Amino acid sequence: MIRQVVVFVVFLVLLGFGYTGYKAFGQAIDDRQTDWPAVGSVLPRTDDLNMPPVLDILGEFGETPGGTDKIFARLLFDEAAFTLREAAVGFTVGVLVGLAIAILLARSRRLEQGLLPYVIASQTIPLIAIAPIVIVWSRKNFDFLPWDWKDWMSVAIIATFLTFFPVAVNGLRGLQSPRPENMELMESYAATWGQTLWRLRLPASVPYLFAAFKIAATASIVGAIVGEISAGVGGGLGRRILLEAQRYTTGPERLYAAVIGSALLGIFVFLIITLVERLVLGRQGREAVT
Amino acid sequence: MTTHAVRINGASKVFNPGKANAVQALVEIDLDIEPGEFVTLIGPSGCGKSTLLRLVASLIEPTTGAILVNGKSAEQARRDQDYGMAFQRAGLFDWRSVSKNIELPLELMGWKREDRHRRAREMLELVKLDEFVDHHPAELSGGMQQRVAIARSLSFSPSLLLMDEPFGALDEMTREHMQDELLRIWSETKTTVVFVTHSIPEAVYLSTRVVVMSPRPGRIASIIEVDLGDRNEITREQTAFFEKITQVREALRAVEAHRVDEP
Repeated sequence: MIRQVVVFVVFLVLLGFGYTGYKAFGQAIDDRQTDWPAVGSVLPRTDDLNMPPVLDILGEFGETPGGTDKIFARLLFDEAAFTLREAAVGFTVGVLVGLAIAILLARSRRLEQGLLPYVIASQTIPLIAIAPIVIVWSRKNFDFLPWDWKDWMSVAIIATFLTFFPVAVNGLRGLQSPRPENMELMESYAATWGQTLWRLRLPASVPYLFAAFKIAATASIVGAIVGEISAGVGGGLGRRILLEAQRYTTGPERLYAAVIGSALLGIFVFLIITLVERLVLGRQGREAVT
Repeated sequence: MTTHAVRINGASKVFNPGKANAVQALVEIDLDIEPGEFVTLIGPSGCGKSTLLRLVASLIEPTTGAILVNGKSAEQARRDQDYGMAFQRAGLFDWRSVSKNIELPLELMGWKREDRHRRAREMLELVKLDEFVDHHPAELSGGMQQRVAIARSLSFSPSLLLMDEPFGALDEMTREHMQDELLRIWSETKTTVVFVTHSIPEAVYLSTRVVVMSPRPGRIASIIEVDLGDRNEITREQTAFFEKITQVREALRAVEAHRVDEP
């Protein structure tokens, strides 16, 4: 684990150096007024608008943007927390829905053949297209709920749309993973389908589910951010990215910093799942599947 | 009149009946097994010995004929948990501890927690693995895993034990050791055993009767009684032991020869 972190950080630093090196190279060409068409036509331009210096991007985290007394890192942190809430709800609901679908499809071969294509087809619908529909539809149709429907809940639904899929597909694989002799063993005990599900199929699918959770957790962040952007929900990282994109020319490093913040949030949830996976599987002496 | 442990009456099995890939696996099998017997099914691959075992276990249905276990239909016997089963792979659930694996059938039968624990301990003493109660299967050798599987199959004291090449994946030394363990457990528990193998010495060493089967379609070629008294290390080197091995081998060879003669 520690070695992986070190490798990751070293790689990041190298990336920073590569970025800076390329920028310096492009700058040098510009300074000499040489006409080297590759830079700017094929390769990206290297001026500060297109490639803000690494140190400026990092420094931006400590800056205080106008209209607030908080530093930018703090703003991003608060926004990340907002997005994380949407993503966490989306992830949880997605896991439950995905598991339910997996169990349903595992229950009968005919259901699997009939429904699986629709489950897969659902992922070809562009998220950006359904996001406004979900927002508008939820505002109008969830008024029967005992609590007030907030737009962030709609964003959670959008995140659910991305998270249920890997859980359903991998979960189904996991539920079907027990070896024939294990299934025969349960049959020899005259175990019911429910007993076999609870004592054999579900435990056998745990490593598969964790592999799905890792994908679903990062996807839930993406879903939440895209949902915020396309639905115009205020408060999260998506709104921040949209805002900084609009005022890119006056502060490109802020958009870069916001994107890095989003990536960090994705890495954070990935690490949490990995940690839980190690705890659960390690205690059972099992291996993770990838 | 005593009830037969297993009574197979004219059982036939066709897989994929009526289709192009239909296979006649077993034809007109008649076999009665008395309580307390140790019967081994032996034969070349494709002779249907595993299929016959699965018919007795009611994991598959016979196409024709009837199978009675303890005087009931095989299916009813399965529902009543009249038999325990062990396979070539130990097939332990790797997320459960050794003890929890043995408790699995007891859980399904609704035993109380303390009773399950106590029985699991007793079974582990029987297979001499009591110090591994809380270990996980991955920490055990293949032979130890197979012993846990046998403990699991015996945990609810079934009157019948069905074993499908349970020692097939073990090395020769472990295998002989496991055979002695099984015979000890068999004499201690008085369980009837139906055992599938393709090892001639194993069949002779373990059984009171060896059922030699012939392939395509599977049928019983001959039944050889084995009376070698109590088995131990010396048995394996006795002339009587080798004579029985020769007898079984010749029966199997006759089966093979018969197959070559086929058009």
